[in-house]
Amino acid sequence: MSATSAATRTELPAAREGKPFKRRIGLGTWLLPAYVTIAFVFLLIPIVYTFIFSFNDSLKSNIVWRGFTFDNWLGICNQVEVCIAFGNSLLVGGTATLIATTLGTMIAIALVRYRFRFRSGISLLLFLPMATPEVVLAAGLAAEFLTAGVQKGLITIILAHTMFCLSFVVVTVKARVTTLDPALEEAGRDLYGSPTQVFWRVTFPLLLPGIVAAAMLSFALSFDDFIITYFNAGIVQTFPTYVYISAARGIPAQANVIASAVFIFAIAIVLIAQITNASRRKRLGLN
Amino acid sequence: MAAASGFAESGADLDLVGIQKRFPGFTAIEHLDLTIPAGSFFALLGPSGCGKTTTLRLVAGLEDPTTGQVLIGGKDVTKLRPFERPVNTVFQSYALFPHMTVLENVAFGLRRRKIADPIDKAHEALRLVELDHLATRKPQQLSGGQQQRVALARALVNRPALLLLDEPLGALDLKLRRQMQIELKSIQESVGLTFLHVTHDQEEAMTMADTVAVMNKGRIEQMGAPEVLYELPRTAFVANFLGQSNLFTGPVAGTTADAISVDVAGVKVVVPKSRAARHTGTVTIGVRPEKLALHTEKPATDASTNALGPGRVIDVSFTGVSTQYLVDIPGVGNVTVFTQNMGFGPTAHEGAEVWVSWHVEHGFGLEDDPDAEPRFSPDADTQMLAVQTKNELQSELEAEEA
Repeated sequence: MSATSAATRTELPAAREGKPFKRRIGLGTWLLPAYVTIAFVFLLIPIVYTFIFSFNDSLKSNIVWRGFTFDNWLGICNQVEVCIAFGNSLLVGGTATLIATTLGTMIAIALVRYRFRFRSGISLLLFLPMATPEVVLAAGLAAEFLTAGVQKGLITIILAHTMFCLSFVVVTVKARVTTLDPALEEAGRDLYGSPTQVFWRVTFPLLLPGIVAAAMLSFALSFDDFIITYFNAGIVQTFPTYVYISAARGIPAQANVIASAVFIFAIAIVLIAQITNASRRKRLGLN
Repeated sequence: MAAASGFAESGADLDLVGIQKRFPGFTAIEHLDLTIPAGSFFALLGPSGCGKTTTLRLVAGLEDPTTGQVLIGGKDVTKLRPFERPVNTVFQSYALFPHMTVLENVAFGLRRRKIADPIDKAHEALRLVELDHLATRKPQQLSGGQQQRVALARALVNRPALLLLDEPLGALDLKLRRQMQIELKSIQESVGLTFLHVTHDQEEAMTMADTVAVMNKGRIEQMGAPEVLYELPRTAFVANFLGQSNLFTGPVAGTTADAISVDVAGVKVVVPKSRAARHTGTVTIGVRPEKLALHTEKPATDASTNALGPGRVIDVSFTGVSTQYLVDIPGVGNVTVFTQNMGFGPTAHEGAEVWVSWHVEHGFGLEDDPDAEPRFSPDADTQMLAVQTKNELQSELEAEEA
């Protein structure tokens, strides 16, 4: 008798509370996915549009859909200017990344490991290019190059890009150096490693993830940059400035091809990194 | 690389001559002269900030002395850089290279010196610490104790003339620490190298080392075999840092051929001359708590026994093996007594009236001048120092974050 009454008592409130509980779940089940879908559609539509129109059998302008073709993908350099601009972007991005990453890594190590005069001042100055509005920086640099009598061109673009990439490299690598236990380098020295050996066999491998991240960030920033490039390029065109200029008279479909290819390439890198990471973790876990 | 070529045949002497080390703002080592004979297990014991780790780093070459010389096997290495010295260190944090396997970690030193068969020798070293089966793992996949043994193997495989151990057992739990202490000791005996072990754990220093040097405020207070240091401490710091002591201060009231008697709150306490550093004036004498006997009635005294009392038991703590009593004796102060639990339970209760007594030959006289400022507060035991260090580290970390 007491058992049955207990059973009904526990059932009752459950039944009563069931309805509002269910409705709350109902709201959550459709609202969150809907929100996510809208957000992704909003983000992806321009990319999808760019991608689809890279297959457009276009004439001079690439605005109206005129039929599907692989011609743009197979003949990127049929539109020579696109190809040259893209080549310039790769050259500028690669060179600026190389210089900024090398210098930035050295600066980051020095800032963390050594105490010297103006150390905090230098730290602060390195933040300036990040904090200054880009257009001010661009105009300032342009004026500077003019005053110094430097011919604008690839060199000035590389110099400008190296400058703003440097700040990002220092910040990224510095975070990594700070977490590096100085005892590891001491252990290297203690175990008969000369300073050079300790750097290449202990310090560098341990900093490498930070350095790679910094290099990728630099390249992305440089490849993407428009304002600073536009002010300091002279007659040289990089991919972003080319797209901007040709927008007035119609962007060729080859530009869509390059943009899509860059996007796919970036996604591929991320995927490969994720997969290797996951498999490595799995391997370590299984051991 | 001359000094570091090849394996050391055996341990080497270490001589520190007139070492002083100043950092901006403070002096880590005031003046240090130290000789550690080849093949010995030497412990440098002291509270944090006493200069013991700095001493170790000076020997390793990770710091340069302000003045003085470091000699290893009679050869001056003061100007040599760390990788040129026949010395290896087991770091407090182990400092294993996280991007290398255990095997690569151990082979690192051998490869740098281009010694033949580094892999075979690394395996051999790992077998010595019973970790060869984990050779392909990364350090972060090992437990603390295993990492510690890898760090040991990585240093030992190089057969350094001198092995430096910087509180290597600090991060381990008590049981593992005991086990590692025994292992370390047996490895030292089997390979015959000179070990210099830095620690703030007095028990660790006493169980492992042949010779212990107690360091305080950049100086060595006392040095000797663990038993000698414990039974005959020469300063109040040593008497309290190495175990506990009951210390009494009073003027010397009488002298016989082989003993002095000290007036402690009106009672004559006798200490053998051979066990007292000073024989005149005001002196501090002491006795270890476990040497004291507790009486519930006034004990019959003779020439070979000292007695103090009556006093009141103000605290009793039962620890199983022994019972610790805190007795307040008027005019003398608090006296700690450890008694073995030969029977069942405590023999005296809180508030009971008791006397304490001890054999004359168990007392000791310190060389400290009781009137001078104490160099270190006597209640600074290791536990308190550990808490203090932890707090210091924490505030340092917080300051860094801010």
